[in-house]
Formats: sequence, C-alpha cells, structure tokens
Amino acid sequence: MNRVRNHVLISIDAGTIMAGARAVEKALTEEIVRQGLSDEITVLETGSIGATGQGVIIVVYPEGVYYGNVTVQDIPQLVEEHLLKGRLVKRLLLSELPKQHVVTKEKTGLLKEQPRIVLRNSGIIDPENIDEYIAREGYEAIGKAFSLKPEGVIEEIKKSGLIGRGGAGFPTAMKWGFAHNAPGDQKYIICNADEGEPGTFKDRLILEGDPHKLIEGMIIAGYAIGATKGFIYIRGEYSLSIERLEKAIAQARQYELLGDNILESGFSFDLSVMKGAGAYVCGEETALIESLEGKRGHPRLKPPFPAIAGLWHKPTVVNNVETLANIPEIIWRGATWYRGYGTEKCPGTKVYTIIGNVATPGIIEAEMGTTLRDIIYEYAGGIKEGKKFKCALVGGAAGAFLGPDMLDVQMDFANLKEYAAVLGSGAILVMDEDADIVDMLQSVLHFFKHESCGHCVPCRLGTAQLVKVIDRIAASKGIKEDIEKLSNISDVMRDTSFCPLGQSLCLPISSALKYFHDEVYARIPL
Amino acid sequence: MNLEELKKIREKAQKDVELRQKGSRIRIVVGMGTSGIAAGARDVLKAFVEEISRRNLNDVIVTQTGERGLASQEPMVEVFEEGKPVVVYGNITVEKAKRLIAEHVVNGNPVSEYAIEVM
Repeated sequence: MNRVRNHVLISIDAGTIMAGARAVEKALTEEIVRQGLSDEITVLETGSIGATGQGVIIVVYPEGVYYGNVTVQDIPQLVEEHLLKGRLVKRLLLSELPKQHVVTKEKTGLLKEQPRIVLRNSGIIDPENIDEYIAREGYEAIGKAFSLKPEGVIEEIKKSGLIGRGGAGFPTAMKWGFAHNAPGDQKYIICNADEGEPGTFKDRLILEGDPHKLIEGMIIAGYAIGATKGFIYIRGEYSLSIERLEKAIAQARQYELLGDNILESGFSFDLSVMKGAGAYVCGEETALIESLEGKRGHPRLKPPFPAIAGLWHKPTVVNNVETLANIPEIIWRGATWYRGYGTEKCPGTKVYTIIGNVATPGIIEAEMGTTLRDIIYEYAGGIKEGKKFKCALVGGAAGAFLGPDMLDVQMDFANLKEYAAVLGSGAILVMDEDADIVDMLQSVLHFFKHESCGHCVPCRLGTAQLVKVIDRIAASKGIKEDIEKLSNISDVMRDTSFCPLGQSLCLPISSALKYFHDEVYARIPL
Repeated sequence: MNLEELKKIREKAQKDVELRQKGSRIRIVVGMGTSGIAAGARDVLKAFVEEISRRNLNDVIVTQTGERGLASQEPMVEVFEEGKPVVVYGNITVEKAKRLIAEHVVNGNPVSEYAIEVM
C-alpha cells in the first residue's frame, strides 16, 4: 500500500490559471515523478484559496504551508527542498495567509428561527437509522407513558389541550377517551397519512424525515385507547415515505419496540402500512376506513362515530400524522411545557405548507396564533419580486381566501372560525397582485368536481353545475345571475351534502366573492 | 428490551454520534427528502462521495437526513466542523458540490455565495 506523505494542493481558479497554474501543475507532477516521489506525494487541484494577486498558489499539507507566485522555474527547487528534504522555500512563502470568508446570518437571513416540536428531528437526523432517533431521546416517551395508566396518558393529553391537526379541529384527548371507554374486544388506531389536500406536504416531512416519531406516537395512542393493532394509511404517491416507514417499522421490531410485551410492560402493539390509491375523499376518516376494509372509498353515515364503531365496526381512532407526532413530545416533556407554546385555546405549534408567490416557499413550523403577515413576511421572505399581496388561500382547496384585512388576525383553529375561515391542513397559497381570482376559483372547482365521490346527490350534481358556471364566467360568456348561482349552489351543498367534501366548498366561493366580487363581475359581458 | 436497555442504547448512540463527529474532521449532511431528491440531491450526494474518495479525504464523512422545510433552497447541504459554526448551503448542484469540497472542506473557506445560513 502506498503511504502518501504529503498532499500538494494547487489552486485552480480564473486568477491562477491566468498566472499559469496549469503549466505549474504539469511541471510539478513531472518533477515529482522525476525525483521518484510519486508514491509518497499526491498533487490535487483545488479551488480558489481566498488570496488574489499572488499568482499561482500551492499549499503543502499536512504542514499547511502556503506558497505564492510559483512559476515553472521554481518547481525543481520546491520539490527538492520542501518535498524531499523537508526545508521551507522561504522566498516563495505567502507573506499573508488568506483570510477566512465569513458569512453572517444577517446577510443570508432566510431561516427565521422556528419553535420546532413536530419537526424537531426532520432534516437533522438520518431517518433510516433508529439509533439517531434514540440518541435524541427517542422512544423514551413510551416508557413514561407505560408508567402512567392509559387514563393517565389521556389526562396528560387533555391537559396539553392538543387539538387534532387534520383540519376538523377536534380535541385529541376527547376522541381517545371515547375509544378508550367504548366496549370492544379489539380496538384500532389509524394514522391518516393520506395527505391529499392540494398544496400540502407537511406530513411528508415527518413521514420521510422522522418516521420513528410517528411510530412512537402511535404506540402511545394505542396504549391509551387499548388498541393492539395500528394502521398507517398513506397516499400511494409517497413512495419515499413508504420506503422509510417500512424500514423504520422493521428496525423498531428488531429492537422489540413493536411486537409483544414492549419494554416489558405487558403491552403488545404492531403496525402495518396500507397504501391509498389517490382518492381525495379517502382523507375523510370514514371513507378511509371503508378503503382500508377493501371497499370503495365512500364516507359512512355518522353516528356511530369511528371511536365507537370504526374499522370492522370496532372502536377506532383516526389521527393525522402531525397530531401523532406531537404525542411523544407532550408525554416526554409534559403538558405544562407544551402549553408554553401557542394560544390558550390552541396550544402548541402548527406546521404550514407555504407556497405560491412568496420568496421562499416550503414548510415552516410556527406557534399557534402566529399571524398570516408574520408567516408570509417573516418566515417566507415576503412576496416575490417585491409585488403586492393580493390574497392567500388558507387551509387547502376547501379553505378560504383571506385578503389584506386578515393579515393581522391570530391564526389558530378557534380564532379563524370567528372569521368564517379555517386552518384546515395548514396549506397557505399566496397570490400576488397579478393573480387572477377567476382562474384560481376555476381550478378549485374543477378539483372538487374531479374528486367528488358521487355518493350523494348534492355534491355529485353541485360540483358539476359549479364547474359549468365558472367555466362560463372564465370564458367571458357568463351572465349576471351566475355570480349568485355560485353562492346559491354552494350554500345548498353546505347544508345537504353527506360529508365535508361537499360541505366545505362554500368557503372558497363565499370568501372569493367577498373580496373580489367586482373582479369576477368584470368578467361578465354587459 | 426494557427501559434500562433502551437508555443504554441511547447513551451508546449519543456516543457514536459524538465519536463519528470526532473521528472525522468534517461531516457533510445532504437533505434527502422528496423535494431535495427532486431537485437533484441524489446526484449531489454521489458527487460528494466520489470527490471525497478521489481526493482520499479520510477524515470527511457524508450522511443523509430528511427535509427541513425550505423547499425552494433544495438540494440543501450542511457542513459540520468541530469548533466551527455549521454552514448551511442551498441550491447545491454537482458542480457546486465539487467546489464545496475544494474550497470549504479542503481549503477551509466556506463559499459565501452558496451559503444561506451559519449556525
């Protein structure tokens, strides 16, 4: 084996090439061969070293000696003196070592500090290595949960005030309590990872960046409600998430964190991953359960609620990924700690997907109660190209358009309800002054028509009619009554549709008309 | 496994992470979430590994992680060096990866133009 004694780096950049670096490099390599040192000394090209106006620069490691203004004629001496005999060639030494470049946060200023509870490990640990999760106190919340009774776990979650992050805004502890108290020989916990809301990909970050956190949350949830079996219903398109989840489940089984008698507590629990086939309606919990049972994904009549009769008519809890990812942190650090974040009615944080005309689209985690202004201007870098804010579609396709007057409203589940808006899946689609509201509405309505499952009449026919009307308006062929028609149809759908898919369409329509009635009206020929 | 054993694994894992940091001068972490991969993170990761083996850099390791949420800056790369602030780079390409190895890893000069944060 060759034992390399020295590395000689030669800086190759525009400046040094002009000064003849290529010729020096060639001479250097040849001279090293000529003096029989090629086994011991390696020549490597490197980039700019941070010194300019010093000609060709060579650095010898491990000593870290910098030579400047090196020419082809200097090479024989340099090789013989320094590399062979170990003596510095003083006349060529760089008088001043290059300064280190320093980059400051102010200069870059992209990443505003975020309180990260749910995304604590995402983008930090290697998701395919369970040890990295354990190194960050992973799976210890299970131990703590087992030391409490299941009732104690539910009590702690109740104290934390955790609200389900799926969109409906239902208190998690209450759901768990129902399932815990429901009679049944077998109970189930399902994770809803069918993240289908347009423009939302927050769950994906957890699924593929920190899968063990979800597994840990599900074990605790299973323990609390008395379920021994859990399912992760995940959208089929999330191939990387599926791959990493399955890897994570296998690792957890190997460590006996899934299976029989977990941590010698007497509690047994196991998990399966089920792939969805892409229907939007399967994000609705009863349609999801139908799909999981192998049937067509249609919503069920409620009541009975899944907590009483869910999967195979056994008591079942369906929780969103983000909800379950909160659980280990709450149990491990306590409800009081958790309440230190967010608002009185909605403690904790929310993960937002922020997309559209902003400078830095992506995912942020912010405290509940953060204003839309802060989210857009502080976290997402403001509107692209310095344009003006027009509106934001908050909560996904079934959300509401919020105009400039809503920028300073504290966003949480309870507060937005008062403004006839929803937090929904936490998707924020930002539009600048050039965005066309009719276009936007048209794409939302087309989406709903496509995704309506056809189970109930109001939604099946309503979405088809709405698309007809909006297409007419978009083609500048509408009539005055069309605007009223949009509101009327969506209002009837809100009152009569079977499930939230049809019920929630009135939100984008009414909010768009509230802010931009004139803009829509302008599309109608006189 | 019981709770005691879990704690032991934790301690060992924490030590391993530390050792990994100590045994190597520099750790390069590439964000390998869906956004990152879509933006070319696999090629970037490969470029780092190839460049490191080409230059025989025994004290540099490359690991992967998930996504931090800054989708517009993917592929993202973090460079950890003991005793120095962590430098986060955004929009890294294969070419830029080679330059990062040459300038930041080998020469010790963080490349300001690619850096988006210093922690």
